[in-house]
Amino acid sequence: MYDLIVLGGGPAGLAGACAAWEAGLRRILIVERDKELGGILNQCIHNGFGLHYFKEELTGPEYAGRFVRMLQDTGVEVRLDTMALEVTPDRKVHMVGKETGYRVEEAKSILLAMGCRERTRGAIAIPGTRPAGIFTAGAAQRYVNMEGWLPGKRVVILGSGDIGLIMARRMTLEGAKVLACVEVMPYSGGLNRNIVQCLHDYDIPLYLSHTVTDIRGRDRVEQVVVSQVDDRRQPIPGTEMVFDCDTLLLSVGLIPENELTRQAGIQIDPRTNGAIVWENMETSLPGVFASGNVAHVHDLVDFVTAESQRAGKAAAQYVQEGPGENQPVLEVKNGDGVTYTVPQHIRPGRVEKACDLFFRVNRVCGPSRILVTSGGAQVAAYSRDYLAPGEMEHIMLPRKLLDGASGTLTVSIEEVASK
Amino acid sequence: MYDVVIIGCGIVGAATAFELSKYRLKVGIVERENDVACGTTKANSAIIHAGYDPVPGTLMARLNVRGAALARELCAALDVPYLPCGSLVLGFSPEDQAHLEELYRRGVANGVPDLALLTGDEARALEPNLSPTVTAALLAPTAAICSPWEYGLALAETAVRNGAELQLETAVTGLTPTEEGWRVETNRGVLEARYVVNAAGLEAQTIHEMAASPSFAIHPSRGQYFLLDKSEGGRVGRVIFQCPNEKGKGVLVSPTVHGNLIVGPDAEPVEGDDTSTTSAGLAFVRETALRSVPSVDFRTSIRNFAGVRASTGAKDFIIELSAPHFLDLAGICSPGLSAAPAIGEYAVELLGQAGLALERKEDFQTSRKRVRFREMSPEEKAKLVAEHPAYGRVICRCETVTEGEILDALAGPIPPRSVDGVKRRAGAGLGRCQGGFCGPRVVELLAREQHRSPGDIPQERAGSWLLVRETKGGAR
Repeated sequence: MYDLIVLGGGPAGLAGACAAWEAGLRRILIVERDKELGGILNQCIHNGFGLHYFKEELTGPEYAGRFVRMLQDTGVEVRLDTMALEVTPDRKVHMVGKETGYRVEEAKSILLAMGCRERTRGAIAIPGTRPAGIFTAGAAQRYVNMEGWLPGKRVVILGSGDIGLIMARRMTLEGAKVLACVEVMPYSGGLNRNIVQCLHDYDIPLYLSHTVTDIRGRDRVEQVVVSQVDDRRQPIPGTEMVFDCDTLLLSVGLIPENELTRQAGIQIDPRTNGAIVWENMETSLPGVFASGNVAHVHDLVDFVTAESQRAGKAAAQYVQEGPGENQPVLEVKNGDGVTYTVPQHIRPGRVEKACDLFFRVNRVCGPSRILVTSGGAQVAAYSRDYLAPGEMEHIMLPRKLLDGASGTLTVSIEEVASK
Repeated sequence: MYDVVIIGCGIVGAATAFELSKYRLKVGIVERENDVACGTTKANSAIIHAGYDPVPGTLMARLNVRGAALARELCAALDVPYLPCGSLVLGFSPEDQAHLEELYRRGVANGVPDLALLTGDEARALEPNLSPTVTAALLAPTAAICSPWEYGLALAETAVRNGAELQLETAVTGLTPTEEGWRVETNRGVLEARYVVNAAGLEAQTIHEMAASPSFAIHPSRGQYFLLDKSEGGRVGRVIFQCPNEKGKGVLVSPTVHGNLIVGPDAEPVEGDDTSTTSAGLAFVRETALRSVPSVDFRTSIRNFAGVRASTGAKDFIIELSAPHFLDLAGICSPGLSAAPAIGEYAVELLGQAGLALERKEDFQTSRKRVRFREMSPEEKAKLVAEHPAYGRVICRCETVTEGEILDALAGPIPPRSVDGVKRRAGAGLGRCQGGFCGPRVVELLAREQHRSPGDIPQERAGSWLLVRETKGGAR
């Protein structure tokens, strides 16, 4: 019987396991399907990781390496090349690996840290032929950075998510010609710094309010047709541009990888596609926690780390002190301009000093106030100069303020008229 | 000298090869593509029709009903996913009601068992997600679904295991009559054959006209589909058809044997094998399907595709000796998948009548079995992995396909040459991430096991290359 089984050895799993060890758990197992720890960070060889957490700029493998070394100083057990197949409601984990065999392990607590996957062509129904040469940006990144193979020479990128932007630069540096980055929304879905450093610096045009409306080519992509879209994201006839290219990369969104979560009967939030969590990242199944991209898609790994440390610590507390007593609950609601919040509900009595609250906005906003209200009364307000859907927002709700609220907490955005 | 050369290894060519391989014959199959079952066979509704649709007295009617019965046995013997889920044809109006009654009469005449006409409420009692506007339905309990490419593959593999010789990437360029039969000219040399079977699908007219005077025309008809995530797989339990009306034949909503939901097709004439999808076609499919099952969640789409059917405009299959020792199996549109094994039987009967000596083999092998890790119990999985560790390494996470299963596919009688070839055999890449995760890993396995460079591994056809060259730092 383990104190904690961590599913996934990426940044979330590593930080969660380390934090649980630090908090006193000693029987901890990480189950990782790949042959090494680090998760998707291993293929993210660009820099920009760790600015918040380590206050320095690291590459993905370096960032992962720091946590792998921290883990080496603990007694956390790791099973590599091992896939979790099932999590049961009584916290048994079925897993299988070439070296480790088929095993069923039981745990007092579980941390779900499986990360996310990429949306595909099928999910967005791009019409046209179905040739080779259409890759998700992450799959192309794996080919280039892990396998050492270039998957195309003339490239169009659909979607301006961060991985797509990073791959625009990476493919260019490898000698490919990136012809365009096409985004259906009137704003980018990625971090502003990536727009500048990966597109502008390489003179790659970004077409906002455009989408791919046809793919041509029998065996390999030969052409991609790009059209402008109207306010309802419908293509406008007559605006077609034809790009001669052999590759289309898709960076059209990430979906938390929650098959095991669903199977276990854990409640999922359709807005995040992740488990509904409490303030300590516990899911609807007591003793089972979720953090990182499996809970909601983050933009910066530093926040994955911080969130997972809280989850790891909470798992330790659960094992050491039991489930705890019932507490009054605040339900967090999305107000105007907010697409989701994590956590979805808060027990103020469980909050130490302050509760981290993450959310995303549904439109680009200039100078704004983030308002937190309860029963019509304002609980807290925060100022921002700029808000964008591509960037995850984070506020801290002090315990004192939460104690004054009851029933629901609503988070909304109010743009401040510029003078 | 071959006794028989079959041109084309889709489901019809494969079923014919399968039947012929029961006899002491030298059988050759030539296939233009680098794999079998990768034309119309891989892209259709995957339905074994009960047999109430074809007009009584036609070949279509007889071969459909017989083929459906054979499919049940064959799929069991050859380990092809098959589910006798039954079907409902929905009616929404008095005209539809009359059409359902006509289908019922045809079905009875064709010998389809257990048909029943239902009221709308009775249909909804069986399928709660049907639209409240459904007023009547025809229930056919014997309709089934299958994995069409695995069906074609299993028939072809079994034929090969029983001695048939398959030549892939071999396109027929000419047919010349000889004293004993035919000289079959291909891009890879000449084959001599006593008999030639034309099972070339969309190319059947071209092949026919190499051997005989023109007598039919193939009018390719494209159908577009949505494949939805397994989360939608339980939306209906049966194949849900619509009656044809002024807007077309109607589209179906059906579970698949892999646990997904399939929705489609439309029908549109196209040139050649144009399997592209269009936004208008997909929109039509979506809207039409919602008439039957309003709650289908198209946001869960994991793939759109199109298949092209080899229609001739005729109301029946074209199965005849159109030249001496030359047998056409042409115009095999719907219900071709259902009829295929009966077409194979009938083809052998016709060849026998034309003088082919048919002497049964005693050692004909009909069993086929493959490991399906995902479907095993935990105890079975543990035992298998303990004995063969390669089954412990999961390559495709969405469908839980293991390295062992992919190695099995690579060691099969018709080894895959492409990533999609592995998908059709082992299921890797069929799931919701559509190969995004396992694609590079499958390329790696194909390269390793077949001693090829990753740069030479195609997605599907020979020209569908995936990788240009090694990066500046080189491959690992």
